[in-house]
Amino acid sequence: MNNKLKQLVIGIAAVAALAFAGASQASDITGAGATFPYPIYAKWADAYKTKTGIGLNYQSIGSGGGIKQIEANTVDFGASDMPLKPEDLEANGLMQFPTVVGGVVPVINVNGIDSGALKLDGATLADIYLGKITKWNDPAIVALNKDLKLPADDITVVHRSDGSGTSFIFTHYLSQVSPEWKSSVGEGTAVSWKAGTGGKGNEGVASYVQRIKGSIGYVEYAYALQNKMNHVQMKNHDGSFVQPESSAFQAAAAGAEWSKAPGLYLLLTDSPGAKSWPIAGATFILMHTVQDKPETAKEVLKFFDWAYANGDSMASELDYVPLPDSLVNLIHSAWEQKIKDKSGKAVWK
Amino acid sequence: MTSQKVQLKQQAVFDLLFRSVTRICAFAVLSLLAAIIASLVVGSLPAIHAFGFGFLASSDWDPVNDRFGALIPIVGTLVTSGIALLIAIPVSFGIAVFLTELSPRVLRRPLGIAIELLAGIPSIIYGMWGLFVFAPLFADYIEPWFNRHIGTLPYIGPFFSGPPMGIGLLTAGIILSIMVIPFIASVMRDVFDVVPPMLKESAYAVGATTWEVMWGVVLPYTKVGVAGGIMLGLGRALGETMAVTFVIGNAHELSKSLLKAGNSISSALANEFTEAVGELYTSSLIELGLILFFITFVVLSIARIMLYELGLREGQVA
Repeated sequence: MNNKLKQLVIGIAAVAALAFAGASQASDITGAGATFPYPIYAKWADAYKTKTGIGLNYQSIGSGGGIKQIEANTVDFGASDMPLKPEDLEANGLMQFPTVVGGVVPVINVNGIDSGALKLDGATLADIYLGKITKWNDPAIVALNKDLKLPADDITVVHRSDGSGTSFIFTHYLSQVSPEWKSSVGEGTAVSWKAGTGGKGNEGVASYVQRIKGSIGYVEYAYALQNKMNHVQMKNHDGSFVQPESSAFQAAAAGAEWSKAPGLYLLLTDSPGAKSWPIAGATFILMHTVQDKPETAKEVLKFFDWAYANGDSMASELDYVPLPDSLVNLIHSAWEQKIKDKSGKAVWK
Repeated sequence: MTSQKVQLKQQAVFDLLFRSVTRICAFAVLSLLAAIIASLVVGSLPAIHAFGFGFLASSDWDPVNDRFGALIPIVGTLVTSGIALLIAIPVSFGIAVFLTELSPRVLRRPLGIAIELLAGIPSIIYGMWGLFVFAPLFADYIEPWFNRHIGTLPYIGPFFSGPPMGIGLLTAGIILSIMVIPFIASVMRDVFDVVPPMLKESAYAVGATTWEVMWGVVLPYTKVGVAGGIMLGLGRALGETMAVTFVIGNAHELSKSLLKAGNSISSALANEFTEAVGELYTSSLIELGLILFFITFVVLSIARIMLYELGLREGQVA
């Protein structure tokens, strides 16, 4: 009777069967999180896939998103510029390890000041961002720059409008060097800024700084370098003024006491060392300590192991700072001790 | 059974199928709306418990200490949409009048197509254009002019004085108006076109000028459609995210001046939602979304009530 109807139903069933019979893919590993290391993770993943055929699917949705996703166990690893405190790691059953080092560079747009000429220190930077210093020829800035002619222009402060690990590193540094900043604003991926305009992403901050005369902002080191932005020198913990360059970031990473940091929770701001850049930070990977799928976990660790061994030159090309060898050894032993499958056996050997 | 009866039975089955499918689609839309409202409410419960109604009046926005308030985003959304409509409605009316009454016939199609093309440009392109082309022009030429000439006037002065950055509430409002004009103009033009020519020609015959015909005959006849077009534009302006985020300046501060940076609900959500760590932060952002939903609903209801009142006055509704 209903010949046409029968044909229709059979047709639909056939299509549905085909749709569900999709071939199973090679097990790709998935990760999500920080936007800062996305370029280097993408480059490593590309090279790793050519070598081993296993791909990495990384979504750069931001550190907060990465933390949420790994806590919800929807990805194999999370990535965050902000390390979690040991208590938070314990509470969520996670462990973390760093992959590359980067940092934050203040950038300016002031009439008559060349790139790398202006000297600032932590306290002055904090006062600028608190809105206490409002003109470029303020006595505090002049005192640090006796050889420069500073104009009487207003300072326009630019910060990040979105939540970001860059903001976290920056505000953490300001909290360390300025007690007033620590009590009135604090640190975090997003804070209640006392002054200024917000730009979306490094690109937003950079474009505002480039267009507004007399402005100051902060961007990722790699970003400042590649866009040839007008940067400043900072006074570090030991009192010397340093330019933001690769050796300064490496000095900051080397000077840090990783072995003494529980859960590898270590922030590289205000690091000791004559050549250290004061606003540096590592970016971290978060993984569960008890793995439901030990095979996938092993693939993730194999990827990062390969990256530590072979990815240094790729990282340097993209203006990231690779980790020192001593730290890589520490990370390997952390993998052995912390990442286990359900029966308690270590996933990494 | 005869073949005719077989055919009838088949058709009855197809009819039933078609009716069910369309009914399911219609109810699916309604249930989707209900689901969205439900998830917004459930998501904002922690923030509602923590802040109550004070959330609407508070201008805090402190993620570190978990203190949030919706006043700045709400004001920013309403102000930018208000500026957008203030500019867009007269301009769209002018475009529609020109296209239906005044322009030579030859120009009507190309102009109409050009307006509709404007509507098709993605909003992020507007944002980029606003940030890279419009904002520098605004900062270099127009804002200093505002500061010097209008900023010094007694009452409206404080609204138009501020640092010439090029970005801010006024810039966002102007970019929004450019985005909204095509929608309102094309709806207005379509409804003006369907006014019965007899109506217009009777008015011309008793000596009315073009303006009197437009204002006194065409506009009252088409007011439902015009109001609908304006609501369409307002809906777009209230929810517009990317274009506003680029040029509004994203500063959580409340100031009188339109030249200063502010924040709107959709740009706050776009900026902060993915990175929001912590239950209260996420929940406050979801509550902002719920408030935007509510604002849109209220505005549409006001429009409907206004039209109903107008209709009552004209005796069209019993």
